[in-house]
Order: sequence, then structure tokens, then C-alpha cells
Amino acid sequence: MGPNLWANFGEAVSMILFCIGFANLLLHKNLIKKIIGLNIMDSSIYLFLALKGYINGHTVPIVVDGVQSVDAYINPIPSGLVLTGIVVSVSVTALMLSLTIRLYRRYQTLDLDEISKRLKKEGL
Amino acid sequence: MKKLTNKLLDWLNAEDQSVFDDAMELKMQEPKEEKEETVQQRMRDRLHIKDEVYSEGESKEVKVLRIIYRILAIILCGFIAYNLLIAVSWLPRTGEFDKPVNNEVSARYIEKGLQETGAVNIVTGMILDYRAFDTFGESNVLNIATITVLILLRRNKKKLPNEIEEKENDRLLEPKNDVILQKAATFLVPAIFLFGIYVILNGHLSPGGGFSGGAIIGAGLILYVSAFGFEKTEKFFTEKTQKVISLSALLFYCLAKSYSFFTGANELESHIPLGKAGAILSSGLILPLNICVGLVVAVTMYTFYCMFRKGEF
Amino acid sequence: MTLFQIILLIFLVICAVSVSFSKNLVRSIMEFMAFSLIMSIIWLTLESPDLGITEAAVGAGVTSILFFVTLKKIHAIREGNKNEEADK
Repeated sequence: MGPNLWANFGEAVSMILFCIGFANLLLHKNLIKKIIGLNIMDSSIYLFLALKGYINGHTVPIVVDGVQSVDAYINPIPSGLVLTGIVVSVSVTALMLSLTIRLYRRYQTLDLDEISKRLKKEGL
Repeated sequence: MKKLTNKLLDWLNAEDQSVFDDAMELKMQEPKEEKEETVQQRMRDRLHIKDEVYSEGESKEVKVLRIIYRILAIILCGFIAYNLLIAVSWLPRTGEFDKPVNNEVSARYIEKGLQETGAVNIVTGMILDYRAFDTFGESNVLNIATITVLILLRRNKKKLPNEIEEKENDRLLEPKNDVILQKAATFLVPAIFLFGIYVILNGHLSPGGGFSGGAIIGAGLILYVSAFGFEKTEKFFTEKTQKVISLSALLFYCLAKSYSFFTGANELESHIPLGKAGAILSSGLILPLNICVGLVVAVTMYTFYCMFRKGEF
Repeated sequence: MTLFQIILLIFLVICAVSVSFSKNLVRSIMEFMAFSLIMSIIWLTLESPDLGITEAAVGAGVTSILFFVTLKKIHAIREGNKNEEADK
């Protein structure tokens, strides 16, 4: 363990959230629970990125009365990345949910094991 | 040995040697006709075997396998968490200034952001001017998501010929037009639309911008539809408007940005006035681009809702 | 890391863990909405309001609406099939 685990508390929590989302994805059979798990993983990565750009005591990167020095604002690049990321993860969620509806319409179940069993049966 | 090479040669020139053996000519077997009853029996046996083979049910080893899978999954997650935490503990402390993250790129954005893009909000200036190409890809991602959801969930009219089926299906999905929701919507929807438009128009001055403003307008549309039903919205929002809006917005975005890339890359003067910093019509192309992105996002969110809810607009 | 941020992060972890322990689907979607709401507050404490508005409008708003409409659609399909079996 390195020296700044407690100092990087936010990033440690985002890593723990990533693993919770990953465990959620692995352990649940219900499709909607898996999608929620994936969304939790997304958000935890965005939290990690934004924490990387945060600087103590610096304010929002909006130029106020002409002050344009570097040590007045936080790093704008991670929040630019995360902004695009949030909207992309919405479209991915919408895609996954529409696939879930189509699967449910055909197999009448949200349980992934059940669906894979019936898929194998039809394969015969 | 010779027979083997012959077979290889025949195989190479792909002759059909299954029927003609070079020793003698085989006569084709005439198919024997089966009684109807045996065919039925065979089908039943096949089904029986299929059920037997694939109905694992609660047999012993499946349960054991399932438990082993869960334990292994938890161990894997714990292992990943432990490694990530070790990595995080060696990272530079959050909130410090002299980190490799705060390199000259962010310094350049902060110091010259206002002069070059004219946007007071550096993040929006960065998204819609320095990295406009990436945001263009981003709006295309939204458009592609709309197209895929349309493909997956749209109900084609041909399959529901009779009217009753149509009516019955609608009754489930139509809002029950309860008065409370409608009264609330009459107050809320204009306020939401106004706020959404404000967030889009002030994208380069205050936090917000195309994405969040578009999502707010999309949510306002969704509230309107769930309160007043689809007949009201069909008047102004049909399949065609969705296509026209998103494609024209993306086209305008592409033309605007290719122009400024062309002029910017070759150091030509792009004659787009950056205006007085802080005014609404200031930062050159950022305002129209914000409007385009806002339109694409609003249309996308509304299409998602319509497709999930009713299958058509 | 101010105390307020630490409390928010702990709430975030509680929401994420409780999503996996809740049996009912609607409850897990509610917990996911709470997760997104707390996330947008965290963006504000991290001095990036752009992300706060976007996460609130897009993450908490539209994603949760899509989840609920999916559930409604699944219940609608289930009722549809029950009526068909009943008619047969």
C-alpha cells in the first residue's frame, strides 16, 4: 500500500464502486440488474476522471472579470471528457434496454441463464 | 497407397467421388417411404431427448457449478479491487497542483481560451471549439443510438391489420389522462422548456450547454406526452420531423465546423466575429453549435421515450 | 476531501451496494436514481457544474425514465400473454 491512500479517498471509493458494479454485472441473472451494474461502473470511472482534474482551492473554469491565470481554475479537460461520456452512456443504456425488451418479447423471461438454455434448445 | 492419392487428386479437383467408386458403379438408393406414424414417433422421441438433455433442472452438479461461479466472481472482484486500491495509493494526492495532469495543455486552454474561442465557460469553449470534431462524433453516436432503437422497437403497421388489436394495444400504452398530471403539466412544461432553452443559449456563458439543455427539453417533451397523450404530439412531432431535425442539425454542425477547420488549419482569417466576451451572441460559432447539439439530444431523448412506450411516434 | 464529500461518497457506496441486495426491480431502479442524484451533487462539490447539470438531466432524468418505461412495457407484454392464454 502506498502513502496517499487516505489522501486519494475519492479515487479509492470510485475504484470500489467500479468493483461493486462489476460484481453486480457478474452475480445477477436479471438483465436489468446487469444494466444497472454497468451504469454504476460508468459513473465510477467518470468520478475517477473528474477527481483527477480537481485542484484544491481552485474555482469553476468560467473566466470571471478577466482573471485568466492557471492557478485560479481547475483543470477543464477531464470535465470535457466526462461530459461527452455521460451522454454516450445514456445511449448505450437505451440500446441495452431495447434489446432487453426484444428478448423479453421472444423468451418471456429476463433471466439470462433461462434465455441461454432456450437458445441452446432452439439450436438443436 | 495409389487409392489414397487418387482420392486426394479427386478431392483436389473437387469431383464428387461419394457416388462413383472407380471399382464399380453404385446404384442410387431409392428413398423408402415411411409410414406417417413412425415419423410422428421419431419427432416425439427427438423432443423428448432434447428436453432430457437440456433440462438441467436442479441436478446436483449444476448447483455446485453455480456456487463455484459465484465464489470465483467474488474472488475476482476482490482481487481487482485490491490491485486498483494499491494503484490508487501510489497516485499523486488529489487536489495538488503540480501533478502531471495539469500540464501545458490545460494551461493553454485556460490562458488563451477566452481570446481564441470567445467563450467565457472554458469547458464549453473546449468542447465546441478545440475538440469540436470529437463532439461531432458524439452527436453522431446519439443519432446512431436513435436509429438502432428505431430498428429494434418500431412496430410496423402491416403486422397489426385489425383495428381491435390496434385499439387494445393503445389502451395499455395511452396515458389515462388524469387531471392532476395534466394540470401540473400545464404549469411545468412551459417552465421546463424555458429553462432548457436558457441552458442551451447560455452554454458558453454559464455552465450547461447543448447536452444538458437538450436533455432538459427532451424531459419536458416526455412530460408533455405522458400528460396529454400522443394525439397532441402527433400534430407537431412525427417520424418526419425527427428525421429532418436531427439530420439538418448534424449537417449544419458539419458544415460550420469544416469551414472553421479549413480556415483555422490554413491560418486563414475565418471572419467569424467573436463578439464581446460575456454577451449572448458572442463566441462565434459556439452558440449555433450549441443549438444544434441541443436539438439532436432533445430529439434523441424524445424518440427513445416514444419507441420504448408505444413503438411509433 | 471535505467532510461533506466523504459523507456523499459513503452514501454513493451504500446506494451501489443496496442495488445488488434489493430483490424488487422497482426498488433497485429507485436506488439507481438516488445514485445518479448523489453523483450530480458530487460533481458540484468538485467544482464542475457542467457535469452536475448534465448528470442530473441526463443521468438521473432520462435513464430512469427509460428504466421505468421498460418495466411498464415488460408488464404490458406479460399481461398481453396472460390474456392470450386465458382466451385459448
